[in-house]
Amino acid sequence: MEETILDVRGLRTSFFTDEGEVKAVDGVSFSVPKGKTIGIVGESGSGKSITSLSILRLLAENGKVVDGEVLFKGENILDYSEKQMRGLRGNKISMIFQEPMTSLNPVFTVGQQISESLTTHQGMNKKQAMAKSVDLLKLVGIPSPEKRVTQYPYELSGGMRQRVMIAMALACNPEILVADEPTTALDVTIQAQILGLIKDLQNRLGMSVIFITHDLGVVAETCDYVAVMYAGQVVEYSDVRTLFRRPRHPYTIGLLKSLPRPDADQEKLVPIHGMVPSPFKMPTGCRFAPRCPAATDLCREKLPDLFDDGEGNQVRCWIYDEEWPGPKEVDVFGEERIAKG
Amino acid sequence: MLKYIIRRVLQTIPVLIGVSILVFSLMHLIPGNPAQIIAGEGASEQTVRQIEERLGLNDPIHIQYFNYMSGVLQGDLGNSVRSGRAVSDEIGARFWVTVELSFYATILAVFIGLMAGIISAVRRYTVADTAIMVIALFGLSMPNFWLGLVLIDWFAVGAGWLPEWAKLRPSGWGDSWRQVILPVITLGTGGAAIIARMTRSSMLEVINQDYIRTARAKGLTDRIVTYRHALKNALIPVVTVVGLEFGGFLGGAVLTETIFAINGMGRLTVQAITQRDFPIVQGAVLVLSVLFVFVNLIVDISYKLLNKRIDLN
Amino acid sequence: MSEQTAGASKSERAYNPRLELYKGFWKRFKKNKSALVGGIVVLFFIFLAIFGPMLVSTDPNATDITNKLQPPSAENWFGTDNYGRDIFSRIIHGTGLTLIVGFVSVMIGGIIGVLFGIVAGYYGGRIDTIIMRIMDILLAFPGILLALAIVSVLGGSIQNMIIAIGIFSIPAFARIVRGSTLSVRRLEYIDAMRALGASDFRIIFKHVLPNVLSPIIVQATLRIATAVLTAAGLSFLGLGAQPPTPEWGAMLSAGRSYMAESPHMILIPGIAIVLVVLAFNIFGDGLRDALDPKANK
Repeated sequence: MEETILDVRGLRTSFFTDEGEVKAVDGVSFSVPKGKTIGIVGESGSGKSITSLSILRLLAENGKVVDGEVLFKGENILDYSEKQMRGLRGNKISMIFQEPMTSLNPVFTVGQQISESLTTHQGMNKKQAMAKSVDLLKLVGIPSPEKRVTQYPYELSGGMRQRVMIAMALACNPEILVADEPTTALDVTIQAQILGLIKDLQNRLGMSVIFITHDLGVVAETCDYVAVMYAGQVVEYSDVRTLFRRPRHPYTIGLLKSLPRPDADQEKLVPIHGMVPSPFKMPTGCRFAPRCPAATDLCREKLPDLFDDGEGNQVRCWIYDEEWPGPKEVDVFGEERIAKG
Repeated sequence: MLKYIIRRVLQTIPVLIGVSILVFSLMHLIPGNPAQIIAGEGASEQTVRQIEERLGLNDPIHIQYFNYMSGVLQGDLGNSVRSGRAVSDEIGARFWVTVELSFYATILAVFIGLMAGIISAVRRYTVADTAIMVIALFGLSMPNFWLGLVLIDWFAVGAGWLPEWAKLRPSGWGDSWRQVILPVITLGTGGAAIIARMTRSSMLEVINQDYIRTARAKGLTDRIVTYRHALKNALIPVVTVVGLEFGGFLGGAVLTETIFAINGMGRLTVQAITQRDFPIVQGAVLVLSVLFVFVNLIVDISYKLLNKRIDLN
Repeated sequence: MSEQTAGASKSERAYNPRLELYKGFWKRFKKNKSALVGGIVVLFFIFLAIFGPMLVSTDPNATDITNKLQPPSAENWFGTDNYGRDIFSRIIHGTGLTLIVGFVSVMIGGIIGVLFGIVAGYYGGRIDTIIMRIMDILLAFPGILLALAIVSVLGGSIQNMIIAIGIFSIPAFARIVRGSTLSVRRLEYIDAMRALGASDFRIIFKHVLPNVLSPIIVQATLRIATAVLTAAGLSFLGLGAQPPTPEWGAMLSAGRSYMAESPHMILIPGIAIVLVVLAFNIFGDGLRDALDPKANK
């Protein structure tokens, strides 16, 4: 068994708005093995970004983790004081964000922004930090780093800025890098470069990566394990091969079916009808039931648990439970699934 | 950038011409015969003719404007119809008094406004925030001259500062801080309120930006995030307001100077209006407006310079 | 972050966003307690302006030299002035004047300014440049100075003061409306309307104006506050309402000479002005929060 560096258990995060409580994350569990990459996949609104922000406790003011545990090397960091948390952020656990264009402070130079992590966590003086910043820029593949270090964000392209963000995140050799859709805002060619860079740096530095994305293609390329999220919950968790070879949750199947794949002999793309439920009007049963072609009354009434297959793969679907009332063979988005029981 | 500066400077030219035309036409908008009105009800035909002659009111209007402008460009704003002295001399002596007063008021407004706005934003939705914003609303809603009167009543009369006003310099102020402080507070309060509100909302907007989250993700303390990362960005839009406030103060000085008997351009203007001394009114309005146009020009350019890094995002 | 907003807006996606805005208006406005108070105080002053003079029978201009400069008492709630006139009655009778000056001047400035702003924003090009340059010229006069210069020429009277303050208010409306019109103009359905052969007039009144109404209402409310302040200032300088009109600014001016012995002569009209201006400011702030939740400048 691999060593687990981060273990998220039953995480619940809510936003308290004028219209009431929004349960953005509703009982999410997954673990991050040391040195591996776990992907968290889902549509926008599935709660995947909120999950990552909850880990570092960087939620907006009206957001709050209401339940669960986040164990970092066995310690529940949700119990940490704000000061202890600051010691982790940017030091042990770093984060990069979706929008490289707006995630850097426009009024400070690149060097100043990278140096800040170093002076804060490693007690370097400004000069040392600046020299290290140049090294870091070199590490993330920015040409003429001596020049770039004195430039302002507006002088850099989007891809360059994301590299700067990565340099900033890696400044203190973190054990975990949380990457929240780091390539979504970039051009396709730049995307590949940035993904390659993250992968490469992970191999060299031995850190774990939590990769938040809506793009299953990116998952296939970069991740070792995958948690698929839907409407604030994990619906399927498994290693990446199993997920692509034998997806089990109807939502995952639907996602894969709606994805054009040049390798498979795919007859047509099958869309998932309907929309993600409103956070104010969550279905009482399985959250995917309204859109699921195989949904039964049980699905609509009762929320299924995560069923473990004994090999570490989990799925939140009634089909795999003894109580399943539907037919033995179920057609889900054009694929057959054999029900249990 | 240079292109922007040149364009912005060129833009002020039509504005300045427009201002001069408007100021020039003031006298021609007077219902009836301006010369008659200037001379007063019981003036003789001859006096009226003299005034008409002196002001060149018999020339065609565009010739009059041309003459007026060529004088203005040479520093000749005409003569007072009351004292006969050159308007430029009358104004010159008082110009710096008003500029000084407005300048101090600006400093006060910026200082108090920024402090209050920052405190409000940092302690948002607390009692301190509410209190500051309520006070700012009052500051915004108070006629400044009324505030001046109340201050005079409290301090000058109540606290016995009045004798100091008896020993005023000809300019009307400047010898002791007690003479200066009340007019400056009177003039600056409204501006302080506006700057406080502006700073607060600007800060709150910046606090929600992605780069603030990045700064927090680095493990920086709230203090550094607020004062280093947020404030620097939040202050940029406030710069514009400061320039506008300075202009507002130039106008507001009319009332403040009247109340505190400060011999600046504002009081001069009011006196000239009551005496129907239009050349002085024209001159004073022209000078204050041109000054305001230039202040705005400088503010716009510096805003553009400050904003350069953000603008191109 | 994007998820959060996406999540929140999801419930509204099915609806027309504009409808949603007005639906949410009452909810947000009612929640904003201070705005509600501002609105009530505004209504109170309007009520006072209309019915006050009927309820307060004391003649605001009745002098009584034997009873002059009296501090507030049961007889004269707000005291008396230097002619022995009842200040309470004068304040009540002056309320309407204050509000009329505020409303009418803002209406004049608003109508002209909105017209300029729409034309400039809708047609763009040379017309836009010329109109906005004229607005720049009007804005080049610092603060109260433009109004002051206009009244000085026209002569001090309430009518002239209203005209002056009206002109003084034009640029603020023109600028805001121009900006909003520009953004509406860029919407595709406006182009579609034109393609269908709708006249500019019809497009402006049916489609542009309703869309720029919110900022106009907010601006008008806040502008009334400014107008009342400016009017008080002009009257204080003797360029607005003339004695013995019970105008608050003029009352302040009269009180100046008796400040030391009778501070109520300046305190009371001043407080009245502050209350009216404060009410309109709070009301305007609340309207803005409710009508335009995103803009908070």
